[in-house]
Amino acid sequence: MTAVKAKRMNMSQAIAMALHHAMEIDTSVVVLGEDVADPQGGGVFKCTAGLSDAFGTERVRSTPIAEQAIMGAAVGAALGGMRPVAEIMLMNFMTVAMDQVVNHAAKLRFMTGGQTHVPLTIRTATGAGFGTGGQHADYLEAWFAHTAGMKVVAPSNPADAYGLLLSCIFDDDPCLFIESLPLYFTQGEAPVPGERVPLGKAKVVREGTDVTVISYSRTMVEVQAVARDLEKQGISVEVIDLRTISPLDMPTLLESVRKTGRAVIAHEAQVDFGVGAEIATRLHADLFHELKAPVGRVGAARSPVPFSKALEDAFIPTKERITAAILNVLK
Amino acid sequence: MAEAKSPDCAVLLDIYRRANLIKTADDRFIELIKAGQIASPYYSTRGQEIIPSAISVNLNADDYVITTYRGIHDQLAKGIPLRPFVAEFMGRATGTCKGKGGPMHITHLASGLPVTTGVVGSGLPIANGLAWASQLKKSGQVTVCNFGDGATNIGAFHEALNLASVWKLPVVFVCQNNGYAEHTKYEYGTGARAIVDRAIAYGMHGIQCNGNNALEMWGAAREAIDRARSGLGPTLLEAKTFRFRGHLLGDDSHYIDKAEMAAAIAADPMPAYRSWLIEQGHASDAQLSTIEKTNADDFEDAVEFGLASPYPDVSELSRDVYAEEVRP
Repeated sequence: MTAVKAKRMNMSQAIAMALHHAMEIDTSVVVLGEDVADPQGGGVFKCTAGLSDAFGTERVRSTPIAEQAIMGAAVGAALGGMRPVAEIMLMNFMTVAMDQVVNHAAKLRFMTGGQTHVPLTIRTATGAGFGTGGQHADYLEAWFAHTAGMKVVAPSNPADAYGLLLSCIFDDDPCLFIESLPLYFTQGEAPVPGERVPLGKAKVVREGTDVTVISYSRTMVEVQAVARDLEKQGISVEVIDLRTISPLDMPTLLESVRKTGRAVIAHEAQVDFGVGAEIATRLHADLFHELKAPVGRVGAARSPVPFSKALEDAFIPTKERITAAILNVLK
Repeated sequence: MAEAKSPDCAVLLDIYRRANLIKTADDRFIELIKAGQIASPYYSTRGQEIIPSAISVNLNADDYVITTYRGIHDQLAKGIPLRPFVAEFMGRATGTCKGKGGPMHITHLASGLPVTTGVVGSGLPIANGLAWASQLKKSGQVTVCNFGDGATNIGAFHEALNLASVWKLPVVFVCQNNGYAEHTKYEYGTGARAIVDRAIAYGMHGIQCNGNNALEMWGAAREAIDRARSGLGPTLLEAKTFRFRGHLLGDDSHYIDKAEMAAAIAADPMPAYRSWLIEQGHASDAQLSTIEKTNADDFEDAVEFGLASPYPDVSELSRDVYAEEVRP
């Protein structure tokens, strides 16, 4: 008897599948962004491939290269009763649209006393490793997590990407959905059609007893590899995939760290003033007397993303640097 | 100028009613602020009353109007209810936005006022999205987006006009050109001979009119709104006007030439329109006085309502940030 091989796909395919499902079940879901419609190629990373063929170019609109116009149109469409999914090709280009995100999408519900809200999903991709240098690979999630009114999501695998994207699209708050460029091409378990992953819920992906490592997005790949390696050395690492950065799932984090007594936060964004700082502070505040060591952090260097491979390899949190950070809290 | 027929007497009086309400509100807000009964920065619309009044009589209740921090004229002309409007200025719980938005973010969705922005130029890209939604829903709604001449020099203006043109959106971009971007005179900050010329760059229909002339403004607005509603796409409408009371309350307009200011005040559209209505036999002095009295009474009722209203509870800080209440 032949074993049934589990279906696999990459994150780009999972995202396209989620968008297709969302547009199918709700006609208010619309998609806009540079090159997203099929006549323009269905997206630079093919995440919107087949959508305009299936749902028409009224609902799936390619835009000029104009991020303020894209984001503003998405905010306005959301106010007008749609559930827009705006693609900003790369996270660094979010900087061009910050006014619409920070001053409008995030704040309109509050500033209007709840009369309006902005059920908007912003999809954007980033990540070092492709030699794209300083303006195409930043992880800027802390900027958005810092903004009241925004939700921030960063999946690490195709199934979560599918389920979280559906949750974002049907959430009534503006969500930033961060996609990892290298993960677009990494195969993983295929999602179950229609199955959503709730926002604000972290996942313990590996149980352990000595130390908790909290991570998300691309860095989860390195963290899981490190956890496997350390197990061979007799170190038991519990790994938590945050999945949603804001709101933070503190109950899951606290339960784990209360058990292990040690924690490290690993992310590709630079360490200084980052998500890791927020998590570390909260862990210290709640578990000060239970921690066996100060919470550790590991991330990118405090520099722009460099071009040269020699520098880029050292810039990101490598397995070696993650391992060192874990061993440091175990000393 | 538009081909459209002239407005009838009832419409002319409706324009006056709205414009007078705006002037009444402006005068009273300044008094209330000076008396310490309202604590807020204030951007006067004195001198620009005719523009939104002549536009709004061409709009339906469910059409959208977007405006800026200098926006009470647009909001009042669109028909925002006075009590919650004034209460919002006073930061009260009974305000349109529960006191959480304030004068720079007055919103009243039920009156077709979905966004008031405090950021120059930011309303234009949002107008496109509302218009796109109307297009998708085939609702026939038109979105009117108001901004000043200063906004035409920011990137969002150009990105938005281009997209609106490409998508043939049912939007009317109304530039209320009062000649000054904050303290900077038009020619020091704007390279274009006229704002309306910028429509050409985007393949967009453009109209320039005297925004202080009710007939001209009515015709220009009607033409642009009709075009939008019938699927002919967006218009850039430049309405020339003047701003009598500075950028911000407390600004003495020292940067405006005295002769220029004197000439503008001599051509103040409010007394001019009032006299014209009487001269043309559209209304008697007594009729207009009745309108003015009603507006003043209605506004005072709203002031009393606002002053008697409670301030929002501190617990409001954690509400309306997200759909779910923020954790303590």
